[in-house]
Amino acid sequence: MIRQSWWKFASFLLLLYTCTYGFFVPVPSPPGVPLKETIRNLFFHVPMWVAMMVCFGVSVIYAIRYLRSQDAAADIYAHEYARTGVVLGVLGLVTGMIWANYQWGAPWSGDAKQNGTAIALLIYFAYFVLRGSLQDEEKQARIGSVYNIFAFFMLFPTIWILPRLTESLHPGGQGSEGNPGLNPKDTTNSMRVVMYPAFIGWTLLSVWITTLRIRVQLLHHKQLNHG
Amino acid sequence: MDKLRRIVSVIILSILSIAVQAQDVTEETSPMRSNGKIYVVVAVVVTILLGLFFYVYNLDRKISKMERK
Repeated sequence: MIRQSWWKFASFLLLLYTCTYGFFVPVPSPPGVPLKETIRNLFFHVPMWVAMMVCFGVSVIYAIRYLRSQDAAADIYAHEYARTGVVLGVLGLVTGMIWANYQWGAPWSGDAKQNGTAIALLIYFAYFVLRGSLQDEEKQARIGSVYNIFAFFMLFPTIWILPRLTESLHPGGQGSEGNPGLNPKDTTNSMRVVMYPAFIGWTLLSVWITTLRIRVQLLHHKQLNHG
Repeated sequence: MDKLRRIVSVIILSILSIAVQAQDVTEETSPMRSNGKIYVVVAVVVTILLGLFFYVYNLDRKISKMERK
């Protein structure tokens, strides 16, 4: 599966489509809503978070698999997907700060979701610190997998639940419409035709990059065991 | 594999069904589009994308070669 090419071509075509039509698709401009053209960030900033959730989800599944089977390959998968997830999270945070600087007046507003995602990413950084602090590979894998599960479940209160409970600049907070990802009233069907392929395209690209890292690690392991 | 093909076709058809409803927007011409410079932005982004994919594709091929040895 990770060596097949159909889904890699799909990722390329989807992203080519997103990055071209995404700039031409008409965007709505309802009165009173100050977003206008910047809503196009929905095709770039938001998919970073979607892809991150997918990567962290896959990572925790492999972490659980490792704990059940002690298979070193499962731990490699979990580790590399967590790594890509963190990269995507940082990209999402930085692109969000760029967008916020022009949309909300400052790159950091102490908005519930900004704080929440920063905390969630710090928790995942600690996963790598934890692994790095252990010498024994088996301990790294076992203790790392348990921490991975905790880190994954912490994503939900920090990113999805608490931002809904307080007033927030992001959509979905107390007193505003939508969910913490997007406000359905800010998008139209013609935008969704670009947005959903963008989600899939960016996710597939991050999966591709992760599988490349995994394959290199597997080769490394084979060399260490047989070389 | 058959199950996977079915899942992928469901996803593609759902997206197409949204496209069919996308006839309802009054277009507001953006500043960059009305002076034709949006094409510059698109060209830049597409160049970055092509470069990225070229790099990742080459990495993939190199790793496949190493695996076959």
